[in-house]
Amino acid sequence: MIAIVDYGAGNIFSVKNALDYLEMESELTSDPNRIQNADAIILPGVGAFPSAMKALKERKLVKVLQEESKKKPFLGICLGMQVIFEKGFEFEPCDGLGLIPGSVEKIDAPDLIIPHMGWNKLEYNIDCPILHGLPEESYVYFVHSYAAVVKDEYLAAYVEYGTKVPAMVYDGNTVFGAQFHPEKSGDVGLQILKNFGGLIK
Amino acid sequence: MLAKRIIPCLDVRDGKVVKGVKFEGIRDVGDPVELAQVYNKQGADEIVFYDITASYEKRGVMLDVVRETAKKVFVPLTVGGGIKSIDDFRDTLRAGADKVSVNSQAVQNPELIRKAADIFGSQCVCVGIDAKKVADNKWTVYINGGRKDMHLDLIEWVHTIEKLGAGEICLNSIDADGTKEGFDLPMLQAVCNAVSIPVIASGGCGKIEDFSTVFEKTGATAALAASLFHFGELTVGEVKQHCRSHNIAMR
Repeated sequence: MIAIVDYGAGNIFSVKNALDYLEMESELTSDPNRIQNADAIILPGVGAFPSAMKALKERKLVKVLQEESKKKPFLGICLGMQVIFEKGFEFEPCDGLGLIPGSVEKIDAPDLIIPHMGWNKLEYNIDCPILHGLPEESYVYFVHSYAAVVKDEYLAAYVEYGTKVPAMVYDGNTVFGAQFHPEKSGDVGLQILKNFGGLIK
Repeated sequence: MLAKRIIPCLDVRDGKVVKGVKFEGIRDVGDPVELAQVYNKQGADEIVFYDITASYEKRGVMLDVVRETAKKVFVPLTVGGGIKSIDDFRDTLRAGADKVSVNSQAVQNPELIRKAADIFGSQCVCVGIDAKKVADNKWTVYINGGRKDMHLDLIEWVHTIEKLGAGEICLNSIDADGTKEGFDLPMLQAVCNAVSIPVIASGGCGKIEDFSTVFEKTGATAALAASLFHFGELTVGEVKQHCRSHNIAMR
């Protein structure tokens, strides 16, 4: 069972719909016990970094996510990817979950349309098991105004938007983060979710 | 590189797809859930449902359409039409919409944009605008499906909505809508120059070249069409292939 962490943020039903469509067993939950018992964890999220961290703290989920993400496949999506990092700078500096070294900062590009909204093409970097088997020209759907600042060794894929915008990060072990929305990225996104489910032991 | 988006729009009344030409002469053409799946297969980058259900009581029908579509179609869904309150935003997003488009109500109550952006995030707040030319490089904003002139300057309005936190603008030209003579390029460019949020071009496309032209001549990041697609004159795939041949990035 995949635990989709329900902490009051964003369109969690889209992730649930996609997993149902793929016939992957999942459950929306904010119960630390259910997360501990799950085979994998997805942390979705849309919104702002500080409010997401506050919501996770209120539900006493910070520690359980930090611990469980070391033991089983963990995928953060969009804001759920951003809070993986050590620090965010949306509105105010705020500590994240610290699962992967790095921070989240405003996309700094005076000539670009912000938010970065729409389909952008993945450029691959380090090997990442959940990106296996994708077409060479793979577009995925983004909508965000903040982006990760992360070392190359954790960067699995990026897209070009004025600069290299991290699209998928990977700690080399169990933690994955997608800045895009796999649940809204058509067949490519469904394949990524399927790959993620395939990591369950 | 960010691809330009091709967005089919489905006008829905009482749970059925319709298309008004110049907002008149409405006729039924099908099941929205089925059509959304067809467009998804054709490569639609996003799907817009525009609810023109007259009675507020029947709005639940639209939410069912969204709910069913969201189980089968995994690209962004936008829902507009008749959105009046934060509760409408919430209900629509919970049904599975990714964005909510608000038009007349935003003009009458601009605070709705700010509140929705604060609560749900700018990314899901799309402001739809119907505008009409009044002089060279001057347009005014209309509401109620293009029937009521608010004597509100278009450029002033787009500045306001960007400040209030809108994440996107869907700009429909009343002059071009239904003419099939192409998108309203001067109006689109004026708005693209005025704001730094994404602008969707709407109204007027009648042939495949209109799509490449709007991306070559304006800063629009997406183009929306309704009747062209659902009367089968063009497929989304054909439009994308054509744009690719003009070196426009497409998914």
